[in-house]
Amino acid sequence: MIDVQKIRQDFPILQRQVNGKPLVYFDNAATSQTPQVVINTIVDYYTNYNANIHRGVHSLSQEATDAYELARHKVQTHFNAKHAHEVILTSGTTHSINIVATGFTSLLQKGDEIIVSAMEHHSNIVPWQMLCERTGAVLKVIPMNQEGTLIMEEYDTLLSNKTKLVFVNHVSNALGTINPIREIIKKAHALDAAVLIDGAQASPHIKADVQELDVDFYVVSAHKLCGPTGVGMLYGKESWLNKLPPYQGGGEMIDQVTFEKTTYAGLPHKFEAGTPNICGGIAFGAALDYMNNIGFDAIAAYEAELLEYATQKLLKIDGLKIYGTAQEKTAVISFNIGTIHPYDIGTIVDKLGIAVRTGHHCAQPIMDFYKIPGTVRASFAFYNTKEEIDLMIDALQKAAMMLG
Amino acid sequence: MTIEEIQNELVEEFSMFEDWMQRYEYMIELGKTLPLIDERYKTDQNIIKGCQSKVWVHAEMKDEKVQFTADSDAIITKGIIAILIRVFSNQHPQDIVDADMGFIDEIGLKEHLSLTRANGLVSMIKQLRMYAIAYQTQIN
Repeated sequence: MIDVQKIRQDFPILQRQVNGKPLVYFDNAATSQTPQVVINTIVDYYTNYNANIHRGVHSLSQEATDAYELARHKVQTHFNAKHAHEVILTSGTTHSINIVATGFTSLLQKGDEIIVSAMEHHSNIVPWQMLCERTGAVLKVIPMNQEGTLIMEEYDTLLSNKTKLVFVNHVSNALGTINPIREIIKKAHALDAAVLIDGAQASPHIKADVQELDVDFYVVSAHKLCGPTGVGMLYGKESWLNKLPPYQGGGEMIDQVTFEKTTYAGLPHKFEAGTPNICGGIAFGAALDYMNNIGFDAIAAYEAELLEYATQKLLKIDGLKIYGTAQEKTAVISFNIGTIHPYDIGTIVDKLGIAVRTGHHCAQPIMDFYKIPGTVRASFAFYNTKEEIDLMIDALQKAAMMLG
Repeated sequence: MTIEEIQNELVEEFSMFEDWMQRYEYMIELGKTLPLIDERYKTDQNIIKGCQSKVWVHAEMKDEKVQFTADSDAIITKGIIAILIRVFSNQHPQDIVDADMGFIDEIGLKEHLSLTRANGLVSMIKQLRMYAIAYQTQIN
């Protein structure tokens, strides 16, 4: 069980006001808020042991290196990776995807096929389109139905011996749909295709076990998990990471350098050129500790309650339509009220202290599918309350009255 | 009226309202007075980039003065472009280029000037000025 009032005390930002009203933060799918314990970790790092890692023999550098590698170990444990060196600390999901997409340039041939889903974030579409342009590979798309569920029969027909890679998000950022990734992975593996799962939206709600999923690549951003921005994870199976060439050249990622020839360092350093986000990595570890202390089962149960409550309340608003009504979804609700532009609604409810996202949510193909300019999206976290949902409903009713 | 006179008029009109809600309601009302763009100019080419909602603008030159028409699919945005057009339309291009836009703050729309606001007030002003610069170049 979650003691939400106690949890709210952990987040200093939740105490502030916006436009003279108490902040109601329902944009958690864009970024989550940061608990004091993570803020303290950041302050502690810069106050007590800020140093470059993996290089110095001095004490500060060793302390920072130990803390950073401990954080990698925490990430490894959280996602149940077999080896710590399968956890590459990146600047976030987009960076992680680009490492893989760029790496596959040398592994693909003209006519090879890669499959994405119709409900991807732009960051899980554009890098693959660029990969196709570089290699002559062809991008295929698994379509979705009106509920926002992938049509798996279509996936079956897209799969063939030409399929080399499959990329799907675990959870859609715009709709909240939880995709059947086990089935997607299993079917791709039957044809020896590699699978990358974008876990950015799933990670705050679902604890993924990469070994159990047997996934080849899994990517997340720390800032969706109560951590800081600018740090994330690329998990890759050791065999795949060894096959991919380095993404960037620089310090840290080398073994021997002469002007004739450089040999690369082993995993994970091969993909971690330059000075990493040391403080961010350490804070990422602290954020995972924080969330695991609350427990992902408790988080999921509580968020399901919020989702159910908000869905019922929203549907009572005249003319409100929810986009994304899959059976399995996380605490994300995308909606419009009548023909009112989502931007108008977002502007008015912001004045009333409610932070929601409006627009296409970096998923324009989904908006094209529904033939709408965008949606209003409310996304909940374990520190939100039913009282906040009531405030949002009031604000939406006011907005609808002004704008309708 | 000069640009400055129109701006002062707007500041006075908005000063009558006590809270933001009334100001927004008035802005929505002003949107209804917007000189609407002819349907044939509602093309992708005339959409102002940088807005979450769609804003189309068309400009014509008449007696060395720029005439603007516009439309938007969001009504608050429509109000904003209506305010800008009321200020800029029927003015000499050089005056549009030189105009001080401090009145935006005074009528309580400062938050729309932030670049994080995807509503594109900044983009709208820039686009209207681009038309003015183009016409000014023709005159020169």
